[in-house]
Amino acid sequence: MTSLGTPVLEVADLRVEFRTDEGRVPAVRGVSFQLHRGEVLGIVGESGSGKSVTSLAMMGLLAGSARVSGSVRLRGTELLGASDKALSRVRGQSIAMIFQDPMTSLNPVYPIGYQVAEAIRAHHDISRDAARTQALQLLDAVSIPNPAQRVDNYPHELSGGMRQRVVIAIAMANGPEVIIADEPTTALDVTVQAQILDALRSAKERTGATMLLITHDLGVIAGQADRVLVMYAGRVVEAGTVEEIFYTPRMPYTLGLLGSQPRLDMRRQRLHPISGAPPSALNLPSGCPFAPRCPLAAPVCEAEEPPLTGAGGHLSACHFSDQLVGLEPGDLFRPVSQDSEL
Amino acid sequence: MPDQDLRVAQRSQTQLVARRFRRHRLAMISLVVLLALVLLAFVGGWLWKYSVADLTPDESVPPSWDHPFGTDAAGHDTFAQVLRGTQISIGIAVLGALVATVVGTVWGATAGYYGGRLDTAMMRIADLVLTLPFLAVAAVLGHNLGGSWWLIAAVIAGLYWAYVARVARGVVLSLREKEFVEAAKAIGAGDARIIFRHLVPNALGSIIVNATVLVAIAILLETALSYLGFGVRPPDTSLGLLVSDAQTAVDTRPWLFFFPGVFIIVIALTINFIGDGLRDALDPQQTRMRR
Amino acid sequence: MIPQPGTKQPVLEVRNLVKHFPVRGRGLVRRRGGEVHAVCDVSFDLYPQETLGLVGESGCGKTTTARVLLNLQPATAGHVHYQGTELTQLSSKAMRRLRRELQIVFQDPYAALDPRLPVNEIIAEPLRIHGLYGPSGREDVRELLRLVGLTPEHGNRFPHEFSGGQRQRIGIARALALRPKVLVLDEPVSALDVSIQAGALNLLADLQARLGLSYLFVSHDLSVVRHIADRVAVMYLGRIVEVATADELFSAPAHPYTQALISAIPLPDPRKERARERIILTGDVPNPANPPSGCRFRTRCPLFAAHLTDAQRHRCTEDVPPLITHHHPTACHYTELSTLPALSGLSVAIGDDLPGSARAMRGREWG
Repeated sequence: MTSLGTPVLEVADLRVEFRTDEGRVPAVRGVSFQLHRGEVLGIVGESGSGKSVTSLAMMGLLAGSARVSGSVRLRGTELLGASDKALSRVRGQSIAMIFQDPMTSLNPVYPIGYQVAEAIRAHHDISRDAARTQALQLLDAVSIPNPAQRVDNYPHELSGGMRQRVVIAIAMANGPEVIIADEPTTALDVTVQAQILDALRSAKERTGATMLLITHDLGVIAGQADRVLVMYAGRVVEAGTVEEIFYTPRMPYTLGLLGSQPRLDMRRQRLHPISGAPPSALNLPSGCPFAPRCPLAAPVCEAEEPPLTGAGGHLSACHFSDQLVGLEPGDLFRPVSQDSEL
Repeated sequence: MPDQDLRVAQRSQTQLVARRFRRHRLAMISLVVLLALVLLAFVGGWLWKYSVADLTPDESVPPSWDHPFGTDAAGHDTFAQVLRGTQISIGIAVLGALVATVVGTVWGATAGYYGGRLDTAMMRIADLVLTLPFLAVAAVLGHNLGGSWWLIAAVIAGLYWAYVARVARGVVLSLREKEFVEAAKAIGAGDARIIFRHLVPNALGSIIVNATVLVAIAILLETALSYLGFGVRPPDTSLGLLVSDAQTAVDTRPWLFFFPGVFIIVIALTINFIGDGLRDALDPQQTRMRR
Repeated sequence: MIPQPGTKQPVLEVRNLVKHFPVRGRGLVRRRGGEVHAVCDVSFDLYPQETLGLVGESGCGKTTTARVLLNLQPATAGHVHYQGTELTQLSSKAMRRLRRELQIVFQDPYAALDPRLPVNEIIAEPLRIHGLYGPSGREDVRELLRLVGLTPEHGNRFPHEFSGGQRQRIGIARALALRPKVLVLDEPVSALDVSIQAGALNLLADLQARLGLSYLFVSHDLSVVRHIADRVAVMYLGRIVEVATADELFSAPAHPYTQALISAIPLPDPRKERARERIILTGDVPNPANPPSGCRFRTRCPLFAAHLTDAQRHRCTEDVPPLITHHHPTACHYTELSTLPALSGLSVAIGDDLPGSARAMRGREWG
């Protein structure tokens, strides 16, 4: 899965800074990764970790108050700083996006079939009828029941799960090379989530696209991703194959995240929470941003922020990643609850 | 316990609002100008060598060192007159807006909180008040009730409370659905406690903005009433009355007309800008950033 | 630890609870346009010191059930007994007194605290309302802050100065101020990030052990419920479809809906997750304003779609399956079919040969 070749998408040292009333907020602090053909790269992180900002920045979708630097190359073509016109050609055709709330992508005043057809026509010179026929096929491909009937429905007439399917159909419309799915199932119920994950997978298989799947849900990552980036405080703190991340994590934060997660396949057990809360981007601690919450923290952690390094494809940003070999979450994080979050 | 982990910097909401307000330049300038004017009217009027009733030997003189705003035909010092007029006008406007705000807030919050038929009945009454032709009704009431300044304020309040009630109801309607209101119910809080301890303080931002604008509206309404002769009556005076008295002198002694007119405009304008500044400062949207 | 029903008196008995919301049409004349059947004939018991999980997807009526049983919304029909008192008939004044014993923690820690009040006041408010804020009031509030893992110094700050997890602790402290016996937890950790959520769950477990509380834990997250609940009631479209101890429910779910629900939850374990076969339900939850006749789950039920004869289906369409009160109540006419060994992993039997109802996702090879 991780066999290298020319990457489809290459992100290098992506940085995003917001200017706000409170001062400059570094939301993304140097994120680099490559997407290879046919793979699913998962980005997992908690709120405020910068995972969504990363995807928006890649697509040039951030507001004017954001300063974006670094490089995002699609098959060698730089996207950062490209003109709006060039970008909108890329968006939807080469790169498709799926957001948490389907209504951000759907226009409430047009029927869904029309919207799918328009997405096709925006990049292909075909007749309305031909586009409509293709739209019907796409709606069918994402398992919308009775597409011929639903094609003239408006978004508000559909359930959340059905709307998300329409968005996936639009994403598939032009056979994109990359599909970016940002928390695509977070707003949905679990039984619907299973349907949507299924639809996403078949969309990926049909188009042969590479997928960037952004989520906070470790279960979704475990089931869907080939490789995983773990983000914390605007940086990638660990990267590896899904098995490496889940079975041999090399960053205390990843281990803590796994130990905090209640699991369906385990009986009532004590959870091992990470003490404290993620730092505010306004006020990052010096050195490793995880140090204030980390049981392994030593003076060196506060002195310098560890780089993302490692052998093979498994990288981690921790001064003591060697010490984590063979550790269970409970060995590192005390199972207490009375600790204050400060 | 290191404090830097707190997600939001330790600043109270009031401080944040104040900071944002200070950054609104037009509003800050307006606030300084208005405060200077108020100070001038209330302290300056008391210190000034002439009082409103004083008849000076100088009749119809243009502005000079002795009479900065000139005098009228009877020898009254226009500066003293304008200061007294400002006192009265501001007094009427502030009292009128204050009463309208208190009554309207209680009315609107009650209607919004209970909803249903009570809401419908209360808001229909408010709507009825809003449909009255303000100036005509105010003129009739002002005329029949005599011209004392607090009565004028009462007339203004009686007409504008409904406007505040609508705003307050709207805000309360959206606040009512917030979980903290349900939380208050769950711990056994009574209706009065919920309305006055939780709903009204949270609606206060929007209500204050509206009250500010209401002061400006009241200044203009008072001016109009006094101009038409239904407001403040001599021997007392107000800015509106001064303008009215001077209308025959526009060509011959423009200072009689010009100074009270400028005061009215400056007061109304600065209050509106302050309202704008408050509105922006209280808008929580500004602190949010996209994640 | 797990109370055996029957050996103890329940603290709270809910019987045949019903809640309908009127649906109003839009337009100038707002006409009554039918009713949403949010909660339909719901019965369960809550025993002392146990945690009963009430789970289901959005719109299943779990939150409404919690609100109605606390009298935050009036019940349309049915009864709620709390230690001999019938709550649904109480005057609001009498109910206010009882609120000392029945408390609730809300889902959204950002919305549930009045932003204008400092934390001390938020926690003191229930004490003041019930006249319990005496000379020791200040110390009581400080003690409550310590109890939930905050420090007394936090009391002077305002809610916006805290993180989500800390706010939820403040909400818990407020609920505990009156020393309640029953605590309704309405999705108390859903808004929290995983690393914070774990601390809150541990805190709730500790508090229960220390204070002898009974929890009604309302949640959509089965992993969390698995972790904290002694018994679990599963709701679907306003009705309870299954009640069992947590161990029983997760190891041998009897209702087809429970089976599908459990199978849909992703495991944070790549090998297990990819080796699983799952039941993917088709379609969406029907509109609660117009629920299906008979068994409400039948429109999405894999058993109904593929394993029943027409005669058997007729029963599902016509008769509401009762929640039979035995040790593992399940509201399904054909529980025995879905629990037959051959069908126990329902997913195995329901394969690709059933395109219309449910498809099993084959575990993919990992490597």
